[in-house]
Amino acid sequence: MERSKKIFRLLIGALAISLLVACSSNDPDPVEPNEDYVPTPKPLTVPSIFGQLLPPPSIPADNPQTVEGIALGRKLFYDPILSGDGTQACASCHKPANSFTDENQFSIGIDGFEGTRNSMPLFNMAWNTNNKFFWDGHATSIEEQALGPVENPIEMHNTWENAVASLQSNSAYPELFNKAFGTSNITKELTAKAIAQFERTLISANSPFDRYLLGENSLTPQEINGFAIFMDEARGDCFHCHGNEFSPLWTDNIFHNNGLDAIITDKGLGIVTGDPNDDGKFKSPSLRNLAYTAPYMHDGRFATLDEVINHYSEGLVYSPTIDPLMKAISRGGVHLIESDKADLKAFLLSLSDPSFINNPDFHDPN
Amino acid sequence: MKKFFFLIVMAFFAIACGSDDDSQPEVLGCTDPASVNFNPLANTDDGSCIFNKNITFNFTQNWDGQSVTIADFNTTVFTNEFGNSLNISKLRYLISRISLHKADGSTVDFEEYKLIDLEDPASLDLTPAIMATTGDYTGISFVYGFNELDNRSGAYPDLNAANWNWPSMLGGGYHFMQMEGMYDDTNGAPQPYAYHNGTARVSDGVFEQNFIALNFNQNFTITNDATIEIKMNISEWYKNPYLWDLNVFNTDLMMNYAAQKHMHENGPTVFSIGNITQ
Repeated sequence: MERSKKIFRLLIGALAISLLVACSSNDPDPVEPNEDYVPTPKPLTVPSIFGQLLPPPSIPADNPQTVEGIALGRKLFYDPILSGDGTQACASCHKPANSFTDENQFSIGIDGFEGTRNSMPLFNMAWNTNNKFFWDGHATSIEEQALGPVENPIEMHNTWENAVASLQSNSAYPELFNKAFGTSNITKELTAKAIAQFERTLISANSPFDRYLLGENSLTPQEINGFAIFMDEARGDCFHCHGNEFSPLWTDNIFHNNGLDAIITDKGLGIVTGDPNDDGKFKSPSLRNLAYTAPYMHDGRFATLDEVINHYSEGLVYSPTIDPLMKAISRGGVHLIESDKADLKAFLLSLSDPSFINNPDFHDPN
Repeated sequence: MKKFFFLIVMAFFAIACGSDDDSQPEVLGCTDPASVNFNPLANTDDGSCIFNKNITFNFTQNWDGQSVTIADFNTTVFTNEFGNSLNISKLRYLISRISLHKADGSTVDFEEYKLIDLEDPASLDLTPAIMATTGDYTGISFVYGFNELDNRSGAYPDLNAANWNWPSMLGGGYHFMQMEGMYDDTNGAPQPYAYHNGTARVSDGVFEQNFIALNFNQNFTITNDATIEIKMNISEWYKNPYLWDLNVFNTDLMMNYAAQKHMHENGPTVFSIGNITQ
């Protein structure tokens, strides 16, 4: 009897200790990530046309692509939980049907305020080799870029502290972070990493023009003539900034003043560098998926591609930082004839990729 | 008898061996195991050791001796030989097939090509993968642009990503140079120029090679890791022999055969070898 009492006390004691241990693991202190856990690697699938012509995709060493990371990023991208009032997700202004931009000149944030720049379409970001993101290049990685909108007062108007707390108290996210990163201790850095992994999977390389280059289909004579105008220095001269058949990103990822305004009101790159010689310079956007990304320019001033072509053809205006590639400025441009404009537009639209906007892997998983 | 003979022979060998050990004949050669011509049999170093050394090419730009860097972009006004006032907002050019010529007639042929972009300071230096051996050299050669063999459309991913391609309708391959900026026209109004050089288009489908193979005779000795300066005097693009007036040739020069050939004429005096430091 005396002996069984002792055993009973010992058992109680052991139970108490185990409870203490269990409780301590619930402490809000950071939990050490499980160093042994390795999520499932999922390298990017490089389209053949990129594999042939471009350097390999740029993936940061500290954020490799994984099945679990991409799935988490995709869920986060579509989840309004990151916004201040739970009404807006990344996807609110970056919609798949619009090649991950939206149809507005300026997107509206949760408080009803308009931004000052046009939402950028998202694709082929792993080939942005100079790693300068956004219209003015202020972010130096996708991970850094993904941090911005959550706290921007005219966008999702949240704090990361609050957003992380919402994720941490959610029934699903701690386990999903654990699967993606080996820790259920959610941070803004891990959140941005997951979103960046998903964004890197948004690859577009299957337009009619891509398939034409691969010998898989033909183009109309109008599209082919439009490409010749694009490549003609005396007519379109588009290729110096927007790629060519051997540079299939259709952007140079560099910053230019393309002659929009005589007086620069948005300094663009100049805000970031502080150099007045960079005032009014914005990143060349890719010409892929133009069929889905109107309106155009950093401030969405042009509703149609016709307006864009007319700008370069006869609407150029001088300002001190204008790019020398903008020609015949005193006449507004080189004045393309109407049939050349129509053909150029037909070619530009051949760079749009329906399989990209319809790819179910990129759509809302929630 | 047999045994005796054997002993005599053995004794002879023993003596022979012994005398070798005491006064080994001198074997001259390179005794440094780190050299490329180390002779393990040599016991006396004769100063013949040859070593592999890293060579770095440092590409610098100047306007008649005045250094030009990205700090001059947009702001510094240059006056060319004709008298045009101009600034520079972009300068990128391609150098390939750099070789060092040794005194013995052999060459060290570096495999890299280099796209120099003044906006990217890291692009101003090239340290090739292969090394050069110490010793006497008599010259340096390289190609401005790509020669016909190398100038293959789409062949170089990094150059494709840099939008460095030259349009197929103009012969394809790659640009050799893009120099851009603004000049003042005859009314003093700023106008753009885009001095872009590459393959010359003679007529529809007929093209002419336009690269420049440069060969500089210069005696130097490599004793250590060395940096060789390759200088571009930008002003030479506008003179010697063709006196360039930006009012005549400013934009749309890529398909302009005359302009492309004038660039080709002016190119040889643009480059020179500067300091060799080691």
